[in-house]
Order: sequence, then C-alpha cells, then structure tokens
Amino acid sequence: MAEYNTMEMMICAAARYLEDGAAVAVGTGAPCAAAMLAQKTHSPNLVIIFEAGGVAPILPTMPISVGDSRTFHKAIMASGMCDVMETMQRGMVDYCFLGGAQIDMYGNLNSSVIGEWSRPKVRFPGSGGANDFGSFAWRIMVITPQDSRRFVERVDFITTPGYLDGPGAREKAGLAPGTGPYKVITNMAVMGFDPETKRMRIESVHKGYTVKDVQDNTGFELLVSPELEETPEPTEEELRVLREEVDPHRYIIGR
Amino acid sequence: MLEVVAEGSGPLFMDPDPDKAREFFRKKNRAMVSKVMSVREAVEKFVHDGDYLAIGGFGANRIPTAVCHEIVRQRKKNLIFAGHTSTHDFQILAAGEVFDRCDIAYIIGLEARGLSPNARRYMESGKVQVCEWSNYAMALRLKAAAMGVSFLPGRNLMGTDTFRNSAAKVVRCPFTDKLFVLYPALWPDVAAIHVHEADVYGNCRIKGISVADLELARAAKRLIITTEKLVPNEVIRQDPTSTVIPYFLVDAVCEVPFGSYPGNMPYEYFSDEEHLKQWLTVEKDPEEFRRFLDKYIYGVDDFNQYLELCGGIERIMQLRAQEHLILNTNRG
Repeated sequence: MAEYNTMEMMICAAARYLEDGAAVAVGTGAPCAAAMLAQKTHSPNLVIIFEAGGVAPILPTMPISVGDSRTFHKAIMASGMCDVMETMQRGMVDYCFLGGAQIDMYGNLNSSVIGEWSRPKVRFPGSGGANDFGSFAWRIMVITPQDSRRFVERVDFITTPGYLDGPGAREKAGLAPGTGPYKVITNMAVMGFDPETKRMRIESVHKGYTVKDVQDNTGFELLVSPELEETPEPTEEELRVLREEVDPHRYIIGR
Repeated sequence: MLEVVAEGSGPLFMDPDPDKAREFFRKKNRAMVSKVMSVREAVEKFVHDGDYLAIGGFGANRIPTAVCHEIVRQRKKNLIFAGHTSTHDFQILAAGEVFDRCDIAYIIGLEARGLSPNARRYMESGKVQVCEWSNYAMALRLKAAAMGVSFLPGRNLMGTDTFRNSAAKVVRCPFTDKLFVLYPALWPDVAAIHVHEADVYGNCRIKGISVADLELARAAKRLIITTEKLVPNEVIRQDPTSTVIPYFLVDAVCEVPFGSYPGNMPYEYFSDEEHLKQWLTVEKDPEEFRRFLDKYIYGVDDFNQYLELCGGIERIMQLRAQEHLILNTNRG
C-alpha cells in the first residue's frame, strides 16, 4: 500500500460517502477536498454547492472562502445565500459538512462559545451557515481530529443541532424528519450513530488504531457497531487524484 | 392566532414594524439625481452614531472596505452591527470599536485563515451586547424587510442554544400543525455594498454571487454604494436585465476602484492573503496593532492612500493575475 498522511486518510474516507448524483454543501478545507476528490473519481455528477451562492462550480483550486470567486468558477449558477439555503430547506441537498470546537455523543456541535454564553471564556465565530446546514441537509458529515477536548460529554453551547438529547428530539423541536448526523470522520476512526439511541458509535477504525485508542481520546462513552471493521485505506488512484488534481499546492493535505 | 411554543431570550435591537418602515420609504427620494460623492462625505452624511449598520458581500469578498475604514476613521460609535457573513469587515470595525451591540451570525473568524485576535478580545471584553442568529436567519430577516412584512418562517435554529439566545419565536403552523421558527424583519438604518458597476444615480450591477445583497439593498433605509467604476446611464438602460439594485434605493455612489481590497472582487482581483495575514499577525500584540492602525487607517486620508501603502497598482496587478488563474496560486 502507498504511504499517506492522516489528512489524506480522512479526506479519502469522507469522499467515499458521496455517491454519484448526490448534492453536497461544503465549506473550505478538508470537506471541499473530499467533495472534489469524489467528483474526480467515483461521483462525476456530484453537485457541489456553497452557502454564499456558488452552485456546481468546476473548482480550479481550493477556495479560501466559501464566498470567493473559486466557488463559482465556471459554475452552473452564481446565486445567493437565500437560494442555496432554500434549496437545502426544500430537501434537495443530501450531505453537508460541518466542524466545530466541540461535539457530543448526539453529534451536537458548538462553534459559538466556551464557558458561559453571557460572559464567555472564549468566543468563537458562531453559527455562520452551520446551523442552517445542520437543520436542512439530510445527512450531516463531520471531519475533525479525535481529541477528548473536542469530543465532550456536553457541549458548552449547541450551535448546530445533532440529535439534540436523543431519539425523536429533532422532530419534537420542529426540525425536518429524517435529518441528522451521519458520519464523523477523524484521524483514528469513522463513527456513525446508533439507529435506536442516536448515540455516536465506532463503525470502522483506521489501520494502526484500536477501539481503545478511539475511546481514550473521547470524552464520553462510545458505542461500537456490531459490524466493526477496519477503514479501507486510500487507494493509489485516490491519492494520485488528491495530490495531483485536488490539492497540488498541498494547502489542505500538507497541514 | 398563532401559538407561540418557544421563544429566544436574546435582545431584539430593531423594531420589526412594517408600517414604520413604509412611512420611512414613502418619503425616500425617487428623483433621478446624481448621488456621486466621496466616501468621507457619504459616511459623514449617512452613518450616524447609534445606527444599525450592515455590510454587503461575504466577509473578504466584494466588501466596501473604504466605507469600513472611513467609519473607523471618523470614530463613529455605539453602532449596532449585523455580524452576518462578516470577516475582514468585522475585523476592521472591531478594531475601531465602533459598535457596542451585535447580531451574531458569523463574527471574529476569517474562515480558513483563522480567528482575529483583536476582534476576539473585543467580543470577550463584555463591551458588546449580542444576540445569536445564523447566516440564513439573518438573510431571512433582511428578506422579510425587503418584502415589507414583519417576519418570515424557517426550519432552522430550533432546538439549539443558538435559538435560545436569539430573538426568534417558534410557532405552530395553522395549515400543517408543524413547527416553524419566525424571524423578525430587520431594516438596517444604513448599509454599504460594493458593486462592479453603477451609474451616477445608483443603478448597480454585480457579477458573480449576490450573497444576501439583493435583500440587504432593499431592506436598508439608507444605502451607500461603492463601485469599481462609474458607467453611463445608457449602459444600464441598454441591458436592464443586469441591474440588481435600482437607483431609488441608493443614497450615495462612491467610485472606489479596487474597493474590495484586500478582499476578493470576482473577475477583477483575488484577495491579498499576505496583507490579511499581516492583520492577523500584528493583532496579537495590542501595541503593535495600534501602530498598524495608525499607519494604515487613522494616518491616511482615504482608501487610495491605503492602497498605495499596500503596494498600489503593482500589487493589484499580481492579484488580478491570481484572480484570472494566470498565476495559479491563491496564497501569499
């Protein structure tokens, strides 16, 4: 097998979930690289959209901003925020990618504050489009490092809804049924969510890591899928496309 | 009667009454007169202490940088800011501490570039009263205002702390019994938007994504336009399909070539990543940042002088090459 780094592993793992013909809302960085990789390998008809209005661009290089001119380079449409968000709210976007300073066992995300909201210890940017993405997309994907300071028992602030406090909570709050967190991809594992309890569970562990490694770097008890497996490694072809076509300047994979 | 099932406890900074807005817009001048003026004049005339301010574009993309600088230079104060899709614009305004209340959708960060140390210090200082929203929530508030109605529904925010610290309300739909969050209309006192082309009356054209600027232009009570270039009115009339902001919404037209610098201007020039990085670096040390601001903002007369300090036309030519992928790199 080829040599690869952690970021390459995460991007390749994420890309495989984006099937041909799906629509995905992305930000910059690893999610964008994953979408580009999917598009250049198994999903030529993947529709990539950006919250500021870029719809189905032919990305010439990695965008720096979700609103920079790369995000609508040779696009199908240069639209606006309401149009993109409403396309998602209408149910036409299958996946979104999100991140955050904290995530809990139900996939709730915090990108707002550490400490008390009224007098925060640390202030972060806030929702941006994250709450919108996390409310509207059918499936939420997260790419983040496995770290017990990030994977916490309770997030200090729910910026973006995961399964809130468990089964049925999203629907009870008023969010569209059938939506929610889908996969959490880290440097050690891919986690999904138990269909009954909506709690995060380990589904596959990357080569070189064990379930114990993953649990040791998580601040809450993880469930383990009965079909636990080893995450398939990146293929030669995936790595070639990622390095030569997606991110030749190594902006993301060089991190 | 709509049944309110939940409500956020955040402050509502602006009155969502559509009739008060109608009274204002009734008196807004529809005369086709030249509104060309300097940025200094526009900010003096149309931005008042205590105003609710919104900035167009997307953070460091198609932003009216000159207006942000001028607001800081004129030491405006006690503004309320729409922290909506804001990045470098927020960074500039936070540097001047011109606002003391803020609707937050996205603040402090510069996306992949990192967080602004100074903006973070300011927001953690306790000097700013805040209310939480999301980007789409704020866009819907502007859309409601543009429509002349007092609210619009959405299916986001519900169940989260973002909602609990917003000023939105969740209601039960009288048709379906499903829950929706209602967003109060937002009519900013003043907004500034940077465009590709405008005529002297304020008819505007934008190339590329519009972000939430079409809604913002229609929601704002007063609107300052900065434009890459002025074009004759005949150009507008030849192709009315391209007009996205009609003149009667506009109060000032300022010709500011390269006016989104150091932000990206689609089809014109890419963002100056070196200069933006310099901001983030000098901000780490408050004293050094003070000197930086003295040099680049307080110590210059206008945006042209700032541009000269940053490398002038030569730098712009490099950024133009980056934008057009002639130099295929976009990081400094």
